[in-house]
Formats: sequence, structure tokens, C-alpha cells
Amino acid sequence: MNFMTPLDLSIPSQLTIALAPDLLLMGGAMILLLWAAWRPEGVRHQRTIGTACIALIALTAVVIGWFIYRNATATQGPIAVDRFRWIADLVLLLATAGTIALSMDYNEREGMMAPEAHVLILLASSGMMLLAAARDLMVVFLGIETMSVATYVLAGMNRRSPRAAESAMKYFLLGAFSTAFLLYGMALVYGATGATNISVIGDRAVQYGLTGSPLLLTGVALMIVGFGFKVAAAPFHMWAPDVYEGAPTPITAYMAAAVKAAAFAAFLRIWYEAFTPVYPSWHNAIWWLAAVTMAVGNIVALRQRDLKRLLAYSSIAHAGYLLVALTVNSAAGSEAFLFYAFVYTIATLGSFAVVVALGEAGERSLNVDDYAGLWTVRPWLAIAMAVFMLALLGFPVFGGAGFFAKWYVLKAALQVPSPHWKLAVVLVLTSVVSAGYYLYVVMVMFMRPRLAGAVVPARSRGLTGFVIAASAVLLIALGFFPERLVRLTRGSAPLSALSVPAASSSVPLPLTRPADR
Amino acid sequence: MRELLDSIGYDSWVLLALLVIPALAALGIWVHGAMLGDNEARDRASGTPRQIALWAFIIEFVVSLGLWWSYDPSTAAMQATLDLSWIPSWGVRFALGIDGISLMMVLLTTFLMPLAVLGSWTSIRLKRHSYYALLLLLTTGMLGVFVARDLFLFYVMWEMMLVPMYFIIGIWGGERRIYATMKFFIYTMVGSMLMLVAIVYLGIKAGGAAGPDFAYESVRRMAGSGGAMTLFGAVVPASLLMFLAFSLAFAIKVPMFPFHTWLPDAHVEAPTAGSVILAGIMLKMGTYGFLRFALPFFPDAAMHPAVRTTFLALGTIGVLYGALVAMVQPDFKKLVAYSSVSHLGFVMLGIFALTTQSIQGALMIMINHGISTGALFLLIGMIYERRHTREIAAYGGIARVVPLFAALLTFVSLSSIGLPGTNGFVGEFLVLLGSFQTTPYLATLATLGVIFAAAYLLWAIQRILFNRLHRVENEHIPDLNARELALMVPLVAVILWLGIYPAPVLRRMEASAEQLVTQVSGVAPATSVARAGNP
Repeated sequence: MNFMTPLDLSIPSQLTIALAPDLLLMGGAMILLLWAAWRPEGVRHQRTIGTACIALIALTAVVIGWFIYRNATATQGPIAVDRFRWIADLVLLLATAGTIALSMDYNEREGMMAPEAHVLILLASSGMMLLAAARDLMVVFLGIETMSVATYVLAGMNRRSPRAAESAMKYFLLGAFSTAFLLYGMALVYGATGATNISVIGDRAVQYGLTGSPLLLTGVALMIVGFGFKVAAAPFHMWAPDVYEGAPTPITAYMAAAVKAAAFAAFLRIWYEAFTPVYPSWHNAIWWLAAVTMAVGNIVALRQRDLKRLLAYSSIAHAGYLLVALTVNSAAGSEAFLFYAFVYTIATLGSFAVVVALGEAGERSLNVDDYAGLWTVRPWLAIAMAVFMLALLGFPVFGGAGFFAKWYVLKAALQVPSPHWKLAVVLVLTSVVSAGYYLYVVMVMFMRPRLAGAVVPARSRGLTGFVIAASAVLLIALGFFPERLVRLTRGSAPLSALSVPAASSSVPLPLTRPADR
Repeated sequence: MRELLDSIGYDSWVLLALLVIPALAALGIWVHGAMLGDNEARDRASGTPRQIALWAFIIEFVVSLGLWWSYDPSTAAMQATLDLSWIPSWGVRFALGIDGISLMMVLLTTFLMPLAVLGSWTSIRLKRHSYYALLLLLTTGMLGVFVARDLFLFYVMWEMMLVPMYFIIGIWGGERRIYATMKFFIYTMVGSMLMLVAIVYLGIKAGGAAGPDFAYESVRRMAGSGGAMTLFGAVVPASLLMFLAFSLAFAIKVPMFPFHTWLPDAHVEAPTAGSVILAGIMLKMGTYGFLRFALPFFPDAAMHPAVRTTFLALGTIGVLYGALVAMVQPDFKKLVAYSSVSHLGFVMLGIFALTTQSIQGALMIMINHGISTGALFLLIGMIYERRHTREIAAYGGIARVVPLFAALLTFVSLSSIGLPGTNGFVGEFLVLLGSFQTTPYLATLATLGVIFAAAYLLWAIQRILFNRLHRVENEHIPDLNARELALMVPLVAVILWLGIYPAPVLRRMEASAEQLVTQVSGVAPATSVARAGNP
């Protein structure tokens, strides 16, 4: 195959090539689904299928690596072939592999023997990859539905748990509700511009002078609401803590890391490619969405004592930080987003893995205070958890790359002609607030004595232990040597439609911007 | 000596070695701990971690000592520089270097650390591996702050030292340790986070179109220039806001009145070594930050009459307030903690008075305070290990029981008061002399602080050492043992040396202090201390 010329997406065979990783994952998942159903449920079979799923993910990652290596490009079409897509895919696949590894241990302990669970995760992930690739509102919708339907089922996977049932029901109702907003918004945008392809939408908004069109702006507003629900941005976050608390822990990790990252990838691409011409109209809305999300997530998290709820609010707060990258609307913003998503995914996956390791059968011991004195009985687990907490807090060296992620977002916010320094101040001040709960977890583990009569947690199982160790080591290593990852994210901005060279991060968009609020 | 050092290329690797040695030793201690496994009893009995830590710190000190000779005092330029590529995409370099100010801070750190280990020798019984490893990592962070020549690297080091201290206070501290350590952490973080925004802003501005540049010199050239921001409708010069962001971080660390409330808690609850490091080294990072960043970056903002008067006044208030509050403390450790507020007030006064003398004086106080207060905390730790109380009222007349301890405590207290002939005198005298030229009224007021210092410390000594021996449990306290004496000897020697012949130290700081005054005030200073002879 010759990638020197861009793939022509109007030719079906070339479109197929552009979709190769997605098709591979989806098709492979179908075959695995048949295999899963072939034999009776059992511990061994469950593990076999899980391992096969991870192998399939690795294969897909290799294919994506090949696309990155060959620097594939494509003409305009419903699918994007660019760096942004590939790196978002890698983040999603990483989160998926980690989730499946955790599920293999977790499902065995909780007596959930259905091997289809792993395959469902793969199907959700293929929807996510579609979201990362989508350059057409129809494909976005397709991706969102594929992802969501599978995730609704996953949230309720543990049929014996009433909390899981509640969680799944809530997730389903609110998911459907938010999709309706999104779809209505898309319909209005189509009505205003007559296009579903997002780069065409952007072009037409300029050509037809639609920047003040009420129809387009209403559509944009409705889509903000829809995506606000999907990424759990305040004030559309109310479902997240309940759903995260009730769902099986690996699935919670999956929702907090992968689902959020995928929805954000589509969110970012649509806003960067299609809605940049109407930037002045949505800028204030997203600005406030980011500020409120950071404030609400961090402040409410202070009062949480259930670890899963605490991490749920933490993930809301991080959605706020990611929204800052979106508000910026520059190449630096999308690079910061990818870097942040990568680091956040690892840290979130790791911290939920610790919750899996310490939760006893039936998900007891989820209160932070049950972790008291963990350091004296399971030192490595406590140290790993401290690394994840410090990474989420954004601390250098001991929190590894967590600091660099936050730094990248700050840099993006300040590296535009009119720096968003007020948003930057909100970001750092809410980060200080977040020290109140992240450090509380660390404090409890290291500084409180072990509760009398508390049982020593069993040694964590192999895969869970591996996920924890790998996440911690990866974070720390990236904390010393982030250059490779930074290079990978550079020049990945999905801005090609707007005549902006994506090569340099310091080039701002050639648009007049309103002064920072 | 210089030829010898040059022949081994000392200047090119020394700063890197100073950062790497403690980190490697910390890893070594943890590996040793992991090899011992979960065996609690063996862990408690193991003396290996403290041995490794002590030797690592001694090597560290010996390595750093070469800087004393290799440093060229005739120039204010950065020396022993090292410049490695770290994150080129962000314009971040691993750039190290020292001038006269950093030199003294580095030597102070490497001098105090072995003593801090000796001070914890028997008092730390639990989880020794982690304790000593954290002390070592803390040292890497502290030295990194003093030698960083890249703002990004500086910030990383600044945050890095926070975490080990958080654990040291929180795990090995006293009764209210959790409250104290959370307060310490959050206070420090509030300040440093706003500084982070300022650093990012400055780096982007300094780099221009070529991408951010965080090198100290390029930022300094660009920092003070132009730009305005709207804040609640008012237009404020950007340099003033940046200055305030930096100042807040440093003022909390100093701690300058009214940001000092974390200090008494943290100092009192920390284990002995923690208090020594906090008072001896970490407080100096605040004043060091003013000298290295806040003033040279934003001379216009700092020298604006309103801003400058505020800082001078707050410094003076700190001097008096700290001394007065110290006077009424029933807890000896808390008394010394508040005396830090007072001493650091002098430093702030000296810095913002901005004469070569006052700045050299401020630097001298930074060194002296590290040594004298460090020694006081070590002595308090020794007596606490014997009697398990720090209440002044619980003692009385113990000079007859522990004569060596009494002699040392008296001597160190006198140096902290600033008795002529000890180190404390030199610094305070220079600060008052220098600041009298710019702010005579405040300098006069601050002189009262010296008198108050004599009052609270002498009164405390009287109640602890002299008076009547009225408690039975005080009658059989064992006197200092060989280890404790050995660790006090270097401190006493340095106190006397700096009190009698401080000229070599002053000479090494002079060029840097002069350069600072020139940079900030725009006028070359006329007088200089070392040339005018010893005070």
C-alpha cells in the first residue's frame, strides 16, 4: 500500500483501509462472541476469552502503530485519518486492555462467569474508536450509540447486585435523554448548514455567513448539553456518582477513563473543525462549563467517603480540566487534551485497580476509612495508590506525569493571543481544593493506624497486581521522560479543514477572538 | 586546591552529583527494605538505613565542600553550570548553576543534613527505611531548588520537596501531626499553584514565537516588561500580578506575617530532623525565592513605593510579633518556632531595604538562623527523648544535672539572640545598618526585636536550666552522650567561626548581592562590607 498519496475516501476499498483498525476490532469481537457462546460458562473459559480479547487489542494497536509510522493521510470524507485519531485510539485501547484485565480477576471473585462481558467491552471500544475517527455527525451518532448500548449492559452486568441494576437503569435513562439532546442539536445544525460532514459544516458556516444564525447556535447549544451529559460536566453530572458507585468496579474505571475520553475526542473534533467559525458564540458557554465543572467536581468530592464516589467526582473535576483544553480552541489545546487523556487514563485505571484489589467479595470495604494503615500491611499497594492520587492531583516526580498533564493544559490556556489566565487561575485554585481529598486518601493509608479487627486484605491477584504496577511505573517513568509522548501528540490537531498548518503548536488560529472574560 | 578540583573537572559534574547521590542512596535504602521483606522485628532492629543515610550525607557534604574553593567570588555570573536537554518540545532544560547566594544555601543544606540524621539516630524507631529514604529524597528536592537555572525545573523541585516533608511530619510527627501536615501542605500548595500560572505565562512570553523558554536569564530579560490585565474592571500591570503570584508562594514559605500560621504547627509536630530541616533550610527557600526570582524579575513592581513599604512593614511586624508571641509560649519548641518568624522578619526587612549591606546581612541571617535554630531544635529533641515533654514549666534547675547540655543550650541561645562574637550578631547588625539608610523608622522599630529576643530566650533558659530543681523526675536525667556531643561540635564551631571571622563568607556573597541591588534598583551600590572591613 502506498501512503504517499492520501487515501481517497470516496472509493469504498480505500475507505475500508482507513477503517481497518475499527473493522479489525469489531470483526474480531464478533468472532470472539461466537467463541464465547460456544462453550459453557466457567472460570477457565472466561479467562481464555479475556486473554483472546487482550490479544486482539494488541493486534489492533499494532495496526494503528503502522498507520502512525506510515503517516497515513486521507481526503475529506466521513472518516478522519490523522494523528489525533490514532493517538486517541491508543489511549482508548490502553484503557480497554486494562479494564479487561481487571474484569478477568474481578468477575471471577464476584462469581460473574459470563465470558461475553469481555467481548461487550470490545464492542463498546469499537464504538469509541469510531467516535475518535468520526468526521461526520452521522458517524458520531453511530459511535455514541455503539459505545453507549454496550456500556449500559456492562453497568448492569452483575445481575445479583441491586445497586448495579439501579446504576444501569439510571445510566440508560440519562444516556437516552442526553442522546436525544445531541441528536436534536445535530438535526438543527444540519438544518442550518445542510451538511453532516463536520468540515463542510465549518466551511458553510463561513461561506453562507451563518455565524449569527439562530438555528445553528441553538443546534450548537443543544449539542453542548448532549456532550455535557456524556462527559459528565457540571451541571450535567448528576448521574455520574450514582452510576459509578453501582457499576462493577472495572466497568467504573472503564466509564471514567475510556468512555469519557472517547466522548471528549468527538466533542473536541466537532468543535474544532465545525464550530470554530462560531467560536465567539460558544466560547462563553464552554468557559463557564469548564469553570463550574472544575469547581463543583472538586468541592463536592471533599465530602465523599466512599472511594468509588470520590473517584467519580474526581473524574468530573478532570472533565473540567479537559474542557479548558477545549475552550482554548488552538492546536496546543488538542495536544494538551491528548496528553492529558493519556495520563489521566493511566492514573484512573490504576486507582480503580487498587479499589478492585482491596474490595472483598461483594464489594465491601469501599470506604476510605477502611484503608486506614494500609501501608503497614500492604505497603506496595499503598505506595501505588499514593502515586495515583498524587498524579491525579498533578504533582511532579512522586505523581509522575500528572504534573506535566496539568502543565500542558495550563500552557495551552496561556499560549493564545489573549491568554485565558482567569481560567488558568480557576484551574490551579480548584486543584488546591482537590488536595483536600486526594491527600485525605494518602493520609488515611499512611498516617492512620490500622483499625482494630480489620482483616489484612488478601494479596491482589496476578492481573490486578500487574495493572497496578504497570500503571504506577508508567506514570513515574513518564514523569521523568515525557518527551516521547509530547512528540507523539505534537502536530495532532484536527484543524486541517481550517487552513491552519497543524505542524507547530504555537501558531494560533487566524481568527479574531473575544478578550478573555 | 583549585588546581586539584580543576584537574578532576569538578565544576562540570558537582551539581549533578549533589542531586543524584541522595536519590541513589534513597533507592538503596528502599531496596534494602524490600529485601528484608515484611519482617517487622528485623525492620525495627535494622541499623542499616541510618548508616546508609549518614554516609550518603557525609559524602554529599564532602563533595559539596569543594564548591567553597572552586567558586570564584570575583564575579556574580552563574558558576559550575550544567545544561542538559530535558523536554525540548516545551523549551525545558535541565540547567543547573550557582551564584554566591545559592552557594551558601547549598553548603548550609549539605552541612545540616548529616546532623539531622544523627539527631534522629535513636528517636526514630518505626519504619526506618522509609524515614531515611524520604530524608534523602527531600535533600535532592531542596538542593534542586537552590541550583535550578530553569524555571520549570525549579518548580518541579519546589513541589518535589513538599511530598517527603508531608510524610515525615505526618508519619513520624507528634500528636497533632495529621492536622499539622495537611495544613503545611495545603498552605504551601496554594502559594505555589499561583506561581505555576505565573511561570507558564512568563515562559511563553520569554520564548515568543519559537515556543516557550524557561531559562532563567531569558525569563529575567522579558519578565518585567509591559503588558496589562483587567481584573474586576481595573487595568493592572501584568508584572504586578506576576510579582504578587511569586511573592505569595515565597511569603508563605518564609513565612511572612500574616501567612505564618502553618509554621508553629508544622515545627512543633515534626520529628526533630523535620524541624531542623524546616527551620534550617526550607524557610530559606522563601527568602531565596525573593532574592532569585521575585525581585530581579519584577524590579518595578517590587520597588513600587506602596508594595515595598508593605513588605518592609510586614517584615517589621513579623520581627516584633514573632518575638512577642514567642515570649508567652509555654512550650519550648513552639517558642523557638515563633522565634523563626521573628528572625525571618529581619531577613525580609533586609531584602526589601535593598542595600548591599542589608542583603548580605539578610543572607547571613539565613545562614545563621539555619545553624542556630537547627541547633536549638536538635537540643530540644535530645532533652525530649529523655523526659518526653517540652513544657518549659516541667523543667527547672537542670543545669546541675546535665551540665554539658546546659552549657550548649546557653551558648546556642546566645548566638540566636545575636551576642557579639557569635554568628547571630553579624547578620542582624548588617541588616539594621543597611536598612537604616533606606527606612530609618522601621529599622529602629526592628531593633526592639533584638531586645525582645534576648528577653524570651534568656527567660526561657532561666526557667529551664536555672531556678530551683523542684521536680524529682528531673534529678536523674542522663547528660549528653558521645553521639550527641559529636553532632553539636560542628555547630558550635561554625557559630564561633561565623561570629569572629565572617569575611570569607561575606566575600563569596558580595558580588551576587551587589548585582542584585544593581538589577533591582538600577543603580550601582557604593558601599560594600568586605572592603570596608569587618563589622
